[in-house]
Amino acid sequence: MSVRLELRKVRVRDVQWGDKTSVENGTLFVDRKEMLSVINGDKRFSKAELDLARPGESVRIIPVKDVIEPRCKLEGPGEVFPGFVGGMQTVGEGATLVLEGAAVVTCGPIVAFQEGLIDMTGPAAAYNPFSATNNVVLIVEPVEGLDQHDYETALREAGLKLGWYLADKCREAKVDTVSTYEMEGPQEEAAKYPDLPKIAYFCMSITQGLLHDTYLYGADMKHIVPTLIHPNEKMDGAMISGNCVSACDKNTTFHHCNDPIVEELYRRHGKDLVFLGVIPTLEDTRLAGKERTTWMNANLAKMLGADGVVVSEEGYGNPDTDLCMNAAKCENLGVRTVIISDEAAGVDGKSQGLADATPEMTAFVSAGNVNEMVELPPMEKVIGFAESIANLSGGAEESLRSDGSMYVELQAIIGSTNELGFSSIGARWV
Amino acid sequence: MAKRVVCYINQFFAGMGGEEQAHTPPSSKTEAAGPAMQIRQLLEGEAEVVGTVICGDSYYGENLEEARAACMEMIGEMKPDLVIAGPAFNAGRYGVACGDVCSAVTEQLGVPAVTGMYHENPGVELYASGAYIVPVADSARGMKDALPAMVSLARKLLRKETLGSAADEGYISRGIRKNFFHQTNGARRAVDMLLKKIAGEEFVTEYEMPVFKRINPAAAVKNLENATIALVSSGGIVPSGNPDHIRVSSAESYGTYDISGLDDLTPDNFESIHGGYDRVWANEDPDTVLPLDIMRVMEKEGVFGKLYDHVFTTTGTGTAVANAEQFGREIGEQLKKDGVDAAILTST
Amino acid sequence: MVREIEETAGIPVVQIATIVPIMLTVGANRIIPGIAIPHPVGDPTQGQEGDRAVRRGLLERALKAIQTDIGEQTVFTG
Repeated sequence: MSVRLELRKVRVRDVQWGDKTSVENGTLFVDRKEMLSVINGDKRFSKAELDLARPGESVRIIPVKDVIEPRCKLEGPGEVFPGFVGGMQTVGEGATLVLEGAAVVTCGPIVAFQEGLIDMTGPAAAYNPFSATNNVVLIVEPVEGLDQHDYETALREAGLKLGWYLADKCREAKVDTVSTYEMEGPQEEAAKYPDLPKIAYFCMSITQGLLHDTYLYGADMKHIVPTLIHPNEKMDGAMISGNCVSACDKNTTFHHCNDPIVEELYRRHGKDLVFLGVIPTLEDTRLAGKERTTWMNANLAKMLGADGVVVSEEGYGNPDTDLCMNAAKCENLGVRTVIISDEAAGVDGKSQGLADATPEMTAFVSAGNVNEMVELPPMEKVIGFAESIANLSGGAEESLRSDGSMYVELQAIIGSTNELGFSSIGARWV
Repeated sequence: MAKRVVCYINQFFAGMGGEEQAHTPPSSKTEAAGPAMQIRQLLEGEAEVVGTVICGDSYYGENLEEARAACMEMIGEMKPDLVIAGPAFNAGRYGVACGDVCSAVTEQLGVPAVTGMYHENPGVELYASGAYIVPVADSARGMKDALPAMVSLARKLLRKETLGSAADEGYISRGIRKNFFHQTNGARRAVDMLLKKIAGEEFVTEYEMPVFKRINPAAAVKNLENATIALVSSGGIVPSGNPDHIRVSSAESYGTYDISGLDDLTPDNFESIHGGYDRVWANEDPDTVLPLDIMRVMEKEGVFGKLYDHVFTTTGTGTAVANAEQFGREIGEQLKKDGVDAAILTST
Repeated sequence: MVREIEETAGIPVVQIATIVPIMLTVGANRIIPGIAIPHPVGDPTQGQEGDRAVRRGLLERALKAIQTDIGEQTVFTG
């Protein structure tokens, strides 16, 4: 079994409205009317608009639901975002077009607190990757009385469709770089490099109900048990975000497609490790579910012959217990673990950062303290729902001023403490 | 205008004397004294040492509120921009005094305070959050390295420079988490760390699991009249002549001594060999540290069943934590074996 | 040392010492504040009778602590 995928990347450096959706000399032109028509028929929305936000502009997007990198299949079976845009078929082979440097950002009235923002400039820009992407923002309003679950589904589907639309319209664009990802199955690869340590990856995903869900091939992950996928499948959008909380450490669909752990393990595969594969796994709300999941995670790792596992968390709080269980069970089976997690160390940085602890968690990579405060200046333009600013994270120390400036926890900024280790931020002792 | 630094030292480093002067109350000089003189040299051009406050270690320990208040007043009068205390090395009382002074300075005077302690000094755990404690050697032999390290940090604080992590800046963490941007992303750092772990190589975790050092209190004794009680001491009370050559500090052993038939400790049979406190009283009457006499009286009265016929003793000053823990385990084993019901441990 | 004795032997260990914060740190569960560092279990400055009386008082308090069930570190003051 050999799975080979080419990511053919078209570099986008600017985004503008235009007559025809296409990429010319690094500028993504968007046919606004045509793009809206993709979702205009959706009766769940009373209103739908598009707007643009470019790196360096004084623009705030709030509240952010998801961020999607425009991708579409060029060759090979299936289509990206299987179960939503693509049909029901496994993906990850052939060739996929990527509009690198562009993103679709979905935005709609707030459903729960802990939704977040993207600033395209200023202090918050350093903390989130989407201040550096050229964003096409979808702003919707649900029809009155729409059930929250339906609203969330509608917006999720819309974002994915629009992401595919942009890539699809640009399939003729000149490709700037090609990255190739090729790997057979775990047994073949382990046999090729018998002396290298075998590493698996637990991609813990939040699976806890409304706005806290993740989808694998269209399946709501809270109803499944952990399983094994080839890393290429993530690149074609097999894992989709169904959650927008908490802003700082949610894995957007963009993060899933550009998983830095997958990237790093692939980069070193055959050099100082053997990358066995990705185990998408759950964060259940009940103890029995946590036990089931973590036992099965450890078993999967053991059956694969893993010497070590990289474990990334999504969210914080009760999933910290799953984190501890994963570490303890694997270590006790002789599978070494490293955890990537953020910390809730309090505004003063003095609190214990995890809700739970276990002595086996000896290798910990910090994705930062989510409670650290930042002072954000007002932005000239706010895309979305300015009034939802009043409902951010809800930390007691926060202050939101009438001029639009705010003193907020890092929690409020999308991707600021992403636990896939996307950015270089981390907390240290002072 | 040069910045102003005030130093805090104990009676010994002020040249007043050793343990016998440990009860000296606070005093101050408008000049550098003891190690403050070298600090003054190291700070030349940057800041002036405008004064030194001195206090006996036992005085501070036994009169915490008054000593702190008096020292704060003296230090405050000299209007420092920063305070440097110690270094205390592994001296527990000195460490506590330095830590307390530094914490109070920060809290009450609003200026930063730097001190130096050996990492096992009890002052570290108590005061690391309130002071910048630079790790130093376990004895004054390390003075020549301690002062430059402390002054280097003090300089940055005086200049109000942005500091990196505690590890980078060379002080013991104050227990606060702060976000920094590393050179590489979290994913890479994770894979690096995991491969080291698998290979059995040393790695540094970015967040240590909290260590729960407390143990659940043992259940109370229900029947005191029939209970056997043991006496243990870290006050260095040993039979005259110290037959087992227990060290006066940094003890590497403890002694087990038969006291059956002994009703009283006197200079004829026991002495103190503890190097960390003034032994005048202990040598005149060792019962003031290891209370054999009154325990015998109460045993005869029937207050409790029996006094265990051995005492365990060691010196508690500068004793490495690992050694103390080992002694505790061994003593515990012995007491368990002999069915002892409770123990009284005295420390100086 | 006190912690390990208590844990290994499973018996209550009362510590009498003067610097209470240090005892709290090193983990003693039952703590009696001592009189002074050089003489924690007595007060020779009060003469022989005075010293013995002080010692008796402290030891009685220690014995009381041994008979008291506690849930967490406790300082038994006079």
